[in-house]
Amino acid sequence: MPEGKKRLAIICLHGSLDVAFATFVLATAGAAMEMETAVYFAFYGLEVLKKGKINKLKVSPLANPAMPVKIPNIIAMLPGMTAAATAMMKSWMKKSKVATLGELLDTARELGVRLIACQMSMDVMGIKKEDLIDGIEIGGAATFLEFASQDAITLTF
Amino acid sequence: MSDINPDLILDNSGLACPMPIIKTKKAVDGLQVGQILKMIATDPGSLPDVQAWVSKTGHELLKYETEGNKFIFYIRKAK
Repeated sequence: MPEGKKRLAIICLHGSLDVAFATFVLATAGAAMEMETAVYFAFYGLEVLKKGKINKLKVSPLANPAMPVKIPNIIAMLPGMTAAATAMMKSWMKKSKVATLGELLDTARELGVRLIACQMSMDVMGIKKEDLIDGIEIGGAATFLEFASQDAITLTF
Repeated sequence: MSDINPDLILDNSGLACPMPIIKTKKAVDGLQVGQILKMIATDPGSLPDVQAWVSKTGHELLKYETEGNKFIFYIRKAK
């Protein structure tokens, strides 16, 4: 029998392209590894679950010294720079034939990954259930911790 | 050339991580226990990933070979 933890519990706190990408690559890979997988989206992470947002997430070049093309902050702050950095990153991903975030989200759902939206963050940020894509669970800290407390690896993004 | 007769062939050429593993899982799910999947990938990370995947899921990597830029895996469904 294979050994190791049986569950993968991920927390996603940020609504940017790179963070959502890492979240969904690991969530789908976890499900493919036959681990019971859940992702808990809180605060800015809720952006990922909003209707129509998954393929519109952005990456900011501001205060991001690891961008492959170095952009000084004084330039990165100008209007349009976030859109430019996002377009650049998406074109590199496309060239490397990496799946889109939308495809990864569909794959996660197909593989039975639980997607849980943080109720408290929704209240704080004025996000309603109908603002989110269908089929999302809504729960609190206890919902996530109950899942994560049983034989799980936990990752936070 | 190979002496193993696969029951299913899955070509993941061109796909990047994590898709080769995800498509492999789906393909193996559709097999009967004991049947063999031949999986072709071009992702350079596919060898360590397939090894990790069989180790975690308990399926068996019967054989691995390369052909040009292609990595070819023969995986037997074990359960």
